[in-house]
Amino acid sequence: MTIATIDRAATAVPTELARGRGGGGPAPKRVVVAYGFWIFILSDMVMFSALFAAYAVLRGNTAGGPTGAELFNLRNVFIETMCLLLSSYTCGLAVLSAERRHPTRFLIFAAFTFVLGAAFLFIEVSEFANMVAKGAGPSRSGFLSAFFTLVGTHGIHVASGLIALIYLVAQVIAKGLPAAVLRRLLCWSLFWHALDIVWVGVFTLVYLMGDYH
Amino acid sequence: MLGRLSWDVIPFNEPLPLLSGAVVGIVILAVLVTVTVKGWWPYLWREWMTSVDHKRIGVMYVVLGLIMLLRGFSDAIMMRTQQAIAVGSAQGYLPPQHYDQVFSAHGTIMIFFVAMPLVIGLMNFAVPLQLGVRDVAFPTLNSVSFWLTATGALLINLSLVIGNFSRASWWGYPPLSELAYSPDVGVDYYLWSLQISGIGTLLTGINFVTTILKLRAPGMIYFRMPVFCWTALCANLLIVAAFPVLTATFVMLLLDRYLGMHFFTNDLGGNQMMYANLFWAWGHPEVYILVLPAFGVFSEVAATFSGKGLFSYRSMVWATLGICVLSFMVWLHHFFTMGAGADVNAFFGIMSSIIAVPTGVKVFNWLFTMFRGRIVFKTPALWLVGFMVTFVIGGLTGVLLAVPPVDFVLHNSAFLVAHFHNVIIGGVVFAVLAGITYWFPKAFGFTLDERLGQASFWCWLIGFWLAFTPLYALGLMGMTRRLQHIAEPSWQPLLLVAEVGAVVILAGILCQIAQLYVSIRTRERRLDLTGDPWNGRTLEWSTSSPPPAYNFAELPKVETIDAFWHMKRAGRAPVKPTYEAIEMPRNSPAGFITAFFATIMGFSLIWQIWWLAILGLLAAAIVVLIAGWSIEREHEISAAEVAQMERAR
Repeated sequence: MTIATIDRAATAVPTELARGRGGGGPAPKRVVVAYGFWIFILSDMVMFSALFAAYAVLRGNTAGGPTGAELFNLRNVFIETMCLLLSSYTCGLAVLSAERRHPTRFLIFAAFTFVLGAAFLFIEVSEFANMVAKGAGPSRSGFLSAFFTLVGTHGIHVASGLIALIYLVAQVIAKGLPAAVLRRLLCWSLFWHALDIVWVGVFTLVYLMGDYH
Repeated sequence: MLGRLSWDVIPFNEPLPLLSGAVVGIVILAVLVTVTVKGWWPYLWREWMTSVDHKRIGVMYVVLGLIMLLRGFSDAIMMRTQQAIAVGSAQGYLPPQHYDQVFSAHGTIMIFFVAMPLVIGLMNFAVPLQLGVRDVAFPTLNSVSFWLTATGALLINLSLVIGNFSRASWWGYPPLSELAYSPDVGVDYYLWSLQISGIGTLLTGINFVTTILKLRAPGMIYFRMPVFCWTALCANLLIVAAFPVLTATFVMLLLDRYLGMHFFTNDLGGNQMMYANLFWAWGHPEVYILVLPAFGVFSEVAATFSGKGLFSYRSMVWATLGICVLSFMVWLHHFFTMGAGADVNAFFGIMSSIIAVPTGVKVFNWLFTMFRGRIVFKTPALWLVGFMVTFVIGGLTGVLLAVPPVDFVLHNSAFLVAHFHNVIIGGVVFAVLAGITYWFPKAFGFTLDERLGQASFWCWLIGFWLAFTPLYALGLMGMTRRLQHIAEPSWQPLLLVAEVGAVVILAGILCQIAQLYVSIRTRERRLDLTGDPWNGRTLEWSTSSPPPAYNFAELPKVETIDAFWHMKRAGRAPVKPTYEAIEMPRNSPAGFITAFFATIMGFSLIWQIWWLAILGLLAAAIVVLIAGWSIEREHEISAAEVAQMERAR
């Protein structure tokens, strides 16, 4: 959805030079902003990849402590995953509504997104609390340090995404949906979808592969 | 209430850091008093501190880098002096725990707060002008980047008098940098100052990749971009791909230190070599983040001062892109001695040697650019020739070190120290000094004094070789790096020669300060009224010196490589623009204020003053939220105003 929007804006460049070789002069603001945000997301992915690498290295270093198979509850993680994936769907609907200048519909879908995101965080935090209570906190072993850091960093991203969502909803209520606010919503939705992609990695590499052992 | 902070942390028993801290403090105080007495604050606030103009930000980056160069160089000459005198029974004047801070601070400062700001400063100043546009993609973000870098520099200097700096070298290898072996604030100063400035650098990377790929003058297809823009693009792609790895690595070390985790500890499943791998997965691309723009500067200088186009522009571009990719495949050569086995070491050894191929292409391109050119030996051209000789020799010793069996002998020896100074001083520093001389008239409207510039060049070149040739020999004789005391008296003569070299470089730096002073005093005689003092080839020379805030009254139409050169040849320069209204970004204090709170946050985290750290973080976040609230960030300069400004210049 968002890519299509960017494409539409890009083809609006009023020059024949624009095709293919990039000689059409400065791109319109919407393209520039979305493009910059893509680059930011790429950099964020690189950071996650370093955390994934650390997890892969330290996965077996349980130092006599609990392993993933003993700690993970796949049922909870599945519910958690469904919450986040569904929130991406409602996020998409929210941005589509905003683009069609339906503020009310946008607010409803944004509320759904927020609730689903918050549910995800709640499940994650209770899982963490549960593990710490069992004596399996982040300082127990290299494996748990890497686990809490990787999953926790994703969680912090989701939390900041929720704060950003409140902030953007406030902007929509205060200013409606001018181009600048729409651009910010677009970037926010890119961010939210990217967190999904990271979570798919976490779900697979940490939980599914961890439970298998 | 104040965490670990108390009066005991001021090193009253160590006269050296206290004295240097006092000198720096007095200088800063004198500057502040002068500015206040002369009533310059409103001007500084309006025109510089809140400026989002890429040219102003570029100049501020360069000024920051040059000031920190003085700090880093003081550390260098202190180390040289210690090694020259602390031989045999003599112990020198720096005790080990202080010497260790000096070499850690020297490396950290020179890489992060000298080389990076200088290179980013030149990119900030020149890239939008060369692309023929009015600013970078995100001007306010650019200001945030700069001030966060300044925050890091400030924090690192605070460690001089409040507490101490890291003793774990500029890489901070665990387990030495872990809490068990470095319980004081030194490593925390290192980590937080680099984390905060690292965010600034990452934002710069995002900003410039977007600028170069999305904002170019009409007609400037990729293969018409000046080579400096290509190298800037590659450097910033590397920033985006490498700096997040550094951030993640430092986060892990911080978690080890602050929350008792076990990423890199000796016990409970930590793995120290993971730090080495992650650090150099950033660290090797970092080398190219610095040296690619340096190649870019010399490509501009070679073409301009030879009076002909760059030889084989396309191969230069492909070589740049090749280096950009290869730079991620060689990180293991920093620790062949890890014991990864012959196959792994052979792979990384071969990859490291292969980088010499595109680099060699570049050297031949510069040589053939000069061949049969009308070479004008102004200062930048001298730096170019000095660079080619010096850098090629540094590169050759690098190829030598890339051979694993040789590296097992020379690992962490003075030979290695000589090698990387050879490429970083001979490559990056020479290029930056050439670039400053080259673009100075564009930034300020008058040229720098030629005589003192050349004197400085000769001092740097001769000083460099005097200082580092002995280290090659000493390394082969078995001297390891970072020695606070020299047990082998036969090494002393060579160490004394190295000391003389450092003093000659000091003379070069003094020449540059004198050059700046003399040039400003005699600026009336050296004004650049044409905007094109070197008979330049690229678009930055087509506007006035200094350029107006909007750079170009009308965006230039680009039809060839070396667009301005061809405009001049075709008689289409100077351009007679049709004036139109221009939208320019408004000044914003967001960068400065965010960095102010980031400084408070960083300082509190180092000293574990938790409440203040949280307040600092919240305040910084609120500034960002306020800055993100407004919709209108541009103001319009009307066509009439543009016309008036163009006539006035």
